[in-house]
Amino acid sequence: MDFQWSVIWEALPNLLQGARLTILIAAVGLAGGLTLGALAGMVRTYGPNSLDWLARGYILLIRGTPLVVQVMFIYFALPILAGVRIDGLTAAILSIIINSGAYVAEIVRGSLLSIPKGLQEAGLAMGLPFSKVLRLIIGPLAFRRMIPALGNQCITSLKDTSLFIVIGVGELTRQGQEIMAENYRAVEIWTAVAVIYLLILTAMAYGLKYIEKRMPIL
Amino acid sequence: MSMVEFKQVVKSFGPLTVLDKVDLSIEPGEVVVIIGPSGSGKSTLLRCINALETIQDGDILVDGRSVRGGKEEIHQIRLEAGMVFQQFNLFPQMTALENVMFGPINARGMKKAEARELALKILTKVGLETKAGHSPAQLSGGQQQRVAIARALAIRPALMLFDEPTSALDPELRHEVLKVMRDLAAENMTMVVVTHEIEFARQVGSRLIFMEGGKIVHDGNPVELLGNPPSSRLKDFLQHVH
Repeated sequence: MDFQWSVIWEALPNLLQGARLTILIAAVGLAGGLTLGALAGMVRTYGPNSLDWLARGYILLIRGTPLVVQVMFIYFALPILAGVRIDGLTAAILSIIINSGAYVAEIVRGSLLSIPKGLQEAGLAMGLPFSKVLRLIIGPLAFRRMIPALGNQCITSLKDTSLFIVIGVGELTRQGQEIMAENYRAVEIWTAVAVIYLLILTAMAYGLKYIEKRMPIL
Repeated sequence: MSMVEFKQVVKSFGPLTVLDKVDLSIEPGEVVVIIGPSGSGKSTLLRCINALETIQDGDILVDGRSVRGGKEEIHQIRLEAGMVFQQFNLFPQMTALENVMFGPINARGMKKAEARELALKILTKVGLETKAGHSPAQLSGGQQQRVAIARALAIRPALMLFDEPTSALDPELRHEVLKVMRDLAAENMTMVVVTHEIEFARQVGSRLIFMEGGKIVHDGNPVELLGNPPSSRLKDFLQHVH
């Protein structure tokens, strides 16, 4: 077969538009997921029993079902149940938030528990309230320990956005699929799509490496 | 008024009674050294003073404030009682200076510049002014423990609690920590020291307490107790510590 570069040039504007949407879904979704996960992780580690059960239930539900099922539920079932119309992009972002949040919660819990208890006691013994001990001593130390695992989660979630092809959100994979459906140039289009993902994720990996270097585990 | 007063204090972990109706009062300026076999309750007794452990019965008053008096009372007690741990527990993400500045700024609400000046002064006192910019990982165990003492002193406590401060140190590094403690005692700081350093107890302690099974078995003058142990149990214990 002959590899036609012109196919890629023609498809590039649409593919880049898809890439932009992929990055948008991942960025907003992960910002929300990190926040939700941090909260759920802290609740699981330090929270009262009632809240802990809630967090456990959430984590069980999300980790126990596939992301595709979750987004299908949000996009198709939730409107019927709750009577609200959710557009594809919102459903996609929501899915990343609740999905990554569950995994992040366990990363946060593990890191918080790994900080030696003595440091907490040293802070408390000085007369600091627990909230300050968490914010100023344990939190920053635990965060450093989370970076490798959080990096993994960010990479996974970004790639997970390709699953939103099932609800028709025009992210990178969906764009590739649509272009290919018109010109049947599978080799060129999927090569281009793969290379764009690779570039985004390589940039992300370098970013993570930089953060890790700046904030080494102590 | 006593600096610390234990009234019939009971502390238990589940079915295990660690402090069994302990009565004790410590006066300002006293250097109380607590010895005893492991599991005797000596560390727990110390940790109950600043409410790191909660007691099940009785009461402890620190400068008149009760450890059972709620959040604000405990906050005041902790500002009044500096604590030094066996494992130093320095904050690893901060330099020595930042560790010492941390309490004044965050627990006392001091301005940064003022806290820095105070911290440098206290680091000088423990002989570590040249190490101010070092992180804990760059310091020896003895230096780390001296920074930890400086950090506790920086909140301007009226009472210092030492929980086996030299137990994690190499023999040749212990003396530098003991010297700092000696200097503190000479300044009339009230100190409660859980330790196995019998020489320190003899030379610096104004009072020696021997604990076993959650009870205070002996309480008296260190030189007398050590020179002429009143029980075979203490005699036996001392032989094993040396």
